[in-house]
Amino acid sequence: MRDVSFAIAPGEMVGFLGANGAGKTTTLKMLCGLIHPSAGEVLVAGHRPQRRHPDFLRRITLVMGQKQQLIWDLPPMDSLRVNAAVYGIPDRVASRRIAELSDLLELGEELTRPVRKLSLGQRMKAELLAALLHEPEVLFLDEPTLGLDVNAQMRVRQFLADYNRRTGATVLLTSHYMADITALCPRVMLIHQGQLFHDGALDRLASRLAPERHVRLELEQPAPAEAFTGLGQLDRLENCEVNLRVDPAALTSVVAQILERFEVRDLEVNDPPIDQLIGELFRQGSL
Amino acid sequence: MGRYWRTLRRFWGTALATQLEYQANALIELLAVSFSLGGSLLLLSLFFGPGRELGGWSWNQALMVQGFYTVFDGMSSTWLRPNLGSIVTHVREGTLDFVLLKPIDSQFWVSLRTFTPAGLSEVALGLGLAGWGAHQSGVVFTPAVLITVLVMLMVGGVILYSLWFLIAATSIWFVKTWNATEVLRALLASGRYPIEAYPAPLRLLFTLVLPVAFLTTVPAEVLLGRVSLPLLALGMVLATGFFTAARAFWMFALRHYTSASS
Repeated sequence: MRDVSFAIAPGEMVGFLGANGAGKTTTLKMLCGLIHPSAGEVLVAGHRPQRRHPDFLRRITLVMGQKQQLIWDLPPMDSLRVNAAVYGIPDRVASRRIAELSDLLELGEELTRPVRKLSLGQRMKAELLAALLHEPEVLFLDEPTLGLDVNAQMRVRQFLADYNRRTGATVLLTSHYMADITALCPRVMLIHQGQLFHDGALDRLASRLAPERHVRLELEQPAPAEAFTGLGQLDRLENCEVNLRVDPAALTSVVAQILERFEVRDLEVNDPPIDQLIGELFRQGSL
Repeated sequence: MGRYWRTLRRFWGTALATQLEYQANALIELLAVSFSLGGSLLLLSLFFGPGRELGGWSWNQALMVQGFYTVFDGMSSTWLRPNLGSIVTHVREGTLDFVLLKPIDSQFWVSLRTFTPAGLSEVALGLGLAGWGAHQSGVVFTPAVLITVLVMLMVGGVILYSLWFLIAATSIWFVKTWNATEVLRALLASGRYPIEAYPAPLRLLFTLVLPVAFLTTVPAEVLLGRVSLPLLALGMVLATGFFTAARAFWMFALRHYTSASS
């Protein structure tokens, strides 16, 4: 990690993007105090994380998609009781919180079945419950939807959005699935080769990665390729179907010219899909 | 303190519940323990012909040493192996992260997270054997003797725990190559026989460097009423020293773990 600086306000939901090995997990681990920064300073909830002060640890939580803290052979309820004792939560309070959270997570009798007999989705939801029992203010989520089917992913996502709304908790999330980030995080940080490449809204990242807009046309009559010179980069021309890439600054004048030159049946202007852009970025490995 | 106590109860409650998921294991363990003790006694009897002694110890007195050895072997199966043996798994699978992020002492967690009740039968068997050997040797069980034995057994327990923990903590560096359990078992096995049965250099080694003498021979000598106060004091000093070293080493290991892993 080099020259990575940022501040996150309480209650924000921030997504960490980056290729494998870009430094997402390292950043997350540094923020929760598992890795000491070799230089620079980290402050989370007013604490230096690497000291792992008990007061700090009570205010954060870490969920890792690939690792589990639940006891494999026992029902999640037993692990929850252990966590309640560790965090010093009285039994009555713990029971109330478990009831509330399992309601939100749509967990019922799963809590009393051995973890090894649960589906991956149910297990992940139980992991979330175990991680949130002490009502942390800051949630570090490393690939919380890893390996889940689309339905389960969506439910976890909904839960996280709800939880953030209800409790005002700050959420930092890494994910391979763009859908997690687009659905949850108004703010996105892209870490690339140990550096912070982007910090801001997701659509601003999109325009930075792909400065052009996509214009899709359906013409009444086929037109030759030469007819589009000067309008933009021609991606596709098949009979009446035309795809153009256009500089956003020239977009209005280009559209006006198109409407003037051709008989247009349909016209659409799009941003290129963000996941495609980022996928390309990761594949190329450079910017 | 109340929180730690409550946590310990939960730890062991879940450990017990896990064991109940696999009840057959407990039975197999009990059988294995009985066979292993039978084998040890047979081996020990080979040293004793009619009227022969081992390092000045009679057969009945040597049974006490064997008994205390069995107690500590049982303690290892019940407590040390299940807990300290899983440190390496925590490191390899990265679940140590979860432990380190809990607002509770991590050494407490990794040392007392679980226990295997099946090993308790070995502890009971060992105590029985030591008691029987003592009775046959004409030992009179006064409260003072019993309390001293108990204290020395605790001293032995702390020493064994600290040694084991020191070695287990190195798994933070040697994730794959280190099998702490086997080394410790071999070490503990040297405590089966009275310390006087060994040549002088080993006696010194087993008293001061790897003090297994305090695990088995010293408690037996307490029962026989032939132990000196300075030796008892040395035991306590060693136990305190080893425990402090284990604690400090764990803190050092964690600093390494947290600055090197990714």
